[in-house]
Amino acid sequence: MIKESKINHDQGNIWRTPVNYERFPKPKGKIHIFPERCKECNYCTNYCPNEVLERSTSVNVYGYHPVRVKKGKEDSCVACGMCQTICPDFAIFVTEVRQ
Amino acid sequence: MTDVLPPGRYFTDGNFASTEGAILAGCRFFAGYPITPSSEILERMSKRLPEIGGHFIEMEDEIGSMAAIVGASNAGMKSMTATSGPGFSLMQENIGLGMITETPTIVLDEMRAGPSTGIPTRVGQGDVMQTRWGSHGDLAPITYSPNSVQESFDLTITAFNAAETYRQPVIIASDQVIGHLSETLEVKSEDEYEIVQRQTRKVRNGSEDVYNYSDDFVPMFVSGTGFRGNVDSLTHDEKGYPSNEAYVEKKMLEHLLNKVRKNEDKIVKYEEFYLDESDIVVVAYGITSRAAKYAVKIARKEGIKAGMFRPITLWPFPEKRITQLSQRTKTFIVPEINYGQYSHSVREVGQIETKEIHFTPGAVPDYKVILDQIRRSVS
Amino acid sequence: MTSLEFHPKHQYVREERFPHVWCPGCGLGILLQSYIGAVEKSGIPQDNHVLVSGIGCTARIPGYVNMDTYHTTHGRAIPFATGIKLANPDLKVTVISGDGDLFNIGGNHFIHAARRNMDLLVICSNNFNYGMTGGQHGATTPPTSKSASTPYGNIEPAFNLPHLAYALGASYVARWTVMHPRQLVKSIKTAMEVKGFAFIEVLSPCPPNFAKFNGFADGFEEMEFYRSNSIVRNEAKLDDISIDPFHGKPVVLGDFVNRKRASYVTLERELIKKSMEGSR
Repeated sequence: MIKESKINHDQGNIWRTPVNYERFPKPKGKIHIFPERCKECNYCTNYCPNEVLERSTSVNVYGYHPVRVKKGKEDSCVACGMCQTICPDFAIFVTEVRQ
Repeated sequence: MTDVLPPGRYFTDGNFASTEGAILAGCRFFAGYPITPSSEILERMSKRLPEIGGHFIEMEDEIGSMAAIVGASNAGMKSMTATSGPGFSLMQENIGLGMITETPTIVLDEMRAGPSTGIPTRVGQGDVMQTRWGSHGDLAPITYSPNSVQESFDLTITAFNAAETYRQPVIIASDQVIGHLSETLEVKSEDEYEIVQRQTRKVRNGSEDVYNYSDDFVPMFVSGTGFRGNVDSLTHDEKGYPSNEAYVEKKMLEHLLNKVRKNEDKIVKYEEFYLDESDIVVVAYGITSRAAKYAVKIARKEGIKAGMFRPITLWPFPEKRITQLSQRTKTFIVPEINYGQYSHSVREVGQIETKEIHFTPGAVPDYKVILDQIRRSVS
Repeated sequence: MTSLEFHPKHQYVREERFPHVWCPGCGLGILLQSYIGAVEKSGIPQDNHVLVSGIGCTARIPGYVNMDTYHTTHGRAIPFATGIKLANPDLKVTVISGDGDLFNIGGNHFIHAARRNMDLLVICSNNFNYGMTGGQHGATTPPTSKSASTPYGNIEPAFNLPHLAYALGASYVARWTVMHPRQLVKSIKTAMEVKGFAFIEVLSPCPPNFAKFNGFADGFEEMEFYRSNSIVRNEAKLDDISIDPFHGKPVVLGDFVNRKRASYVTLERELIKKSMEGSR
C-alpha cells in the first residue's frame, strides 16, 4: 500500500513528511549543561526545535539563572545539536543516546 | 657569493654597513617603509634578503612595518626595520608591543631635523629622548649610538645580540650623516663575530607557562612548534593571560625593567678620550662626538685639560661612569644637534656644572663652537 | 549534568579561562565555536594554526583558543599576521577582529593586505559599533542608527565590507551572521583552503550597546531581526549589499567570491627561488 505524503502547514511554510517517515527511528539525545558557564542569553531556549530547555530558578555563582531541561521533556531531545552549536558560552552540549 | 659580506676592506657608507651587519647577525626578515635618509637600507635589503632565502616586504606604513617585524620575530626570525624621525614616531606603538610581549627586534632610527617632517635630508639628534621615553608606559630601552661606518656595522651586530639576550626591541639611534658618510669599513670573517642565536622553548602542548617573572632570561616560544602559548599586549601573568590586577602589573613590569636594569653593567658601552686629569669633559655621541673629539684634541694642544666621554649605549644611561667622572671633573659640556635633551640626564646624574651646546638641526656641528665653549669654561 | 564532563571541543579551548568576558547574548562565543569547528574540520593540524587579533571584544577570542595565539595592538593584527605568515609560510594564519579594529584604525592595513593577496584569513565580527568602549559609532554603523556618539542618528554612510574586499582583490569573500553557525563553519573551512586573501564578515550583536541604543531588548532580539530580514544570495551583486536593515533593506548573506589569483606567498617563493639561483 502506498502511503500519501503528509503536508504540514506551519507559518505559511509547507513541510512535506517523507512517505517512509515512520520507518526511521527518532534519535534521542542527552543534554549536558555547565550551569556555572551559562549567562542566560536564551539562545538555546529559543532555538531548541522541541522546546526542551527553559531558564531555571536557581542562581549560579555569577548571578545568572542557568538553563535546565523542562519537566516532562526529558525524553524529547532529538540530538540535533542546535543548542550546542548556538551556545556562545560552551555551556551546553548534547550526546546521542544509543537506543 | 656567501650569505654574508666577505671579509675585507670596503669603502662604503653607514647604511650599507648597517644592512650587512644585520645580515651577518642573522637578520632574515625586513619590513620597512621608504624614508630619507634610511631608504638605502630598505633598498639593499630588498636585493640581499631574497638571495639568501630571507624575506623582505615593503609595508604600507611604519606602523605596519613595526607590527610585521614583531610578528616575524614571534615566528622565529631575527627581524629588523629602518626608519627616520617621522616613521620612528609611528613605530612607538608597536615598539611598546615588542616590549610587553618580550619580542626581540631591531629598529634603526636615522635621526634627521625635526619636529614633524622637518628637514628630510639634514642631520638632527632630536630623537634621543624619544628612544628613551617614546612609547607610553614604563620601559627600559636599550639604545646604541654609532659614530662611524665601522660602528654602524659592529653595533648592529651588538644590537641584535642584545635584543636576543634581553628579549626586547633594541634601538639603534644613528643619524643622517653617519648613514650617508662614506669611509673605510673593515669586515672580519664570519666566525670571528660572536652571534647570539635565538633560544626557543620546546613543545609543551599548553602545559608550561609562557613567562617566568623570577627569571630574567626565559627563552621565547616560536609559533607553529606546538607550544600553544598566548602572547598578549595586555598586562599578562606568567601564563600569558591578560589580567586587570595591579599585583600582576607589578610583577610583569618589574620583570621587564629589571632584566635590563640588573644587567646594566653588561650592556653599557662607552668610549673615553683624554679623560686622565681632565677638568672639562665633553659628553657627545653620534656625529657630534667626531666634532667634539677634534675640539678636545686642539684644546689639549693648547694645554687645556679637556677630555671626551662618548656614550655608545645612550640607554641604559652610563650612570656609574658619569657619577665617577663628576667627582673629579669641574664641568660637563654636552653638545647635541638639538636644543638640549641628553644634557638633562647628564646634569641629573652628574650634579655638577653642565653646559649645553645647542646645534641647530640641519647642519653638521662645527668643532669651533665646542672649542670656544671649552676655552670659555677654563676662564 | 556535572562539570566533570568535558565539552566536545574542550581540547581546542583554554577551559580554565571560562566563563569568558563577553556579555550575555553576545555572539562572539558562537564565532569562537564556529572558528574551532572549522579548525577541527580543516584537516590542518591544530598546532599549524595561528590566531592573531587586534584590540576589542572580538580580539579577546584568541585568548580562549588553545593554540599559538597573539593579541596585538589596536588595528595592527593584519601586519603582525603578515610577519608571521612570511616568516613561516607553512602556518595557517587567521586574523579575527572587530569592525572597528579592522576597518577604522586598521583600514589601511586591510586594504593593502587584500591588494597583495596576502595568504591570510581575515574574519571580521561586525557589531556596527565599538563595543568595548561603550558603543560609539564607527565605519560600519548603518545610516540613521543610534550609538553612544550619534545620539541624533548616524549621518555617515557605512562600509559595504564584502564589496570593499572584492574590489581590493580578495580571493574569497563571504558574509554570514552568528545565527548561521553551520554555514559559517563551512565558510571558514572553505576560506582556510583558499590561497591568498580570504575575508569573512560575520554579523554579531552588541547587547548592551548597539542593541540597546536601537530599541532591541537583548542580543537575541537584535540577531533575530537580522536573521529574519536576511536572504542568502551567493551570486549577489556586491555593490548592492550594503547593510541598511532599518530602512527595510534585506541583509544579503552568502559565499560571494571564490576566485584564483596569484597569492603573495606563492609569488614570493618564486622570487626567492629565482634570486637564490641568480646569486650563485
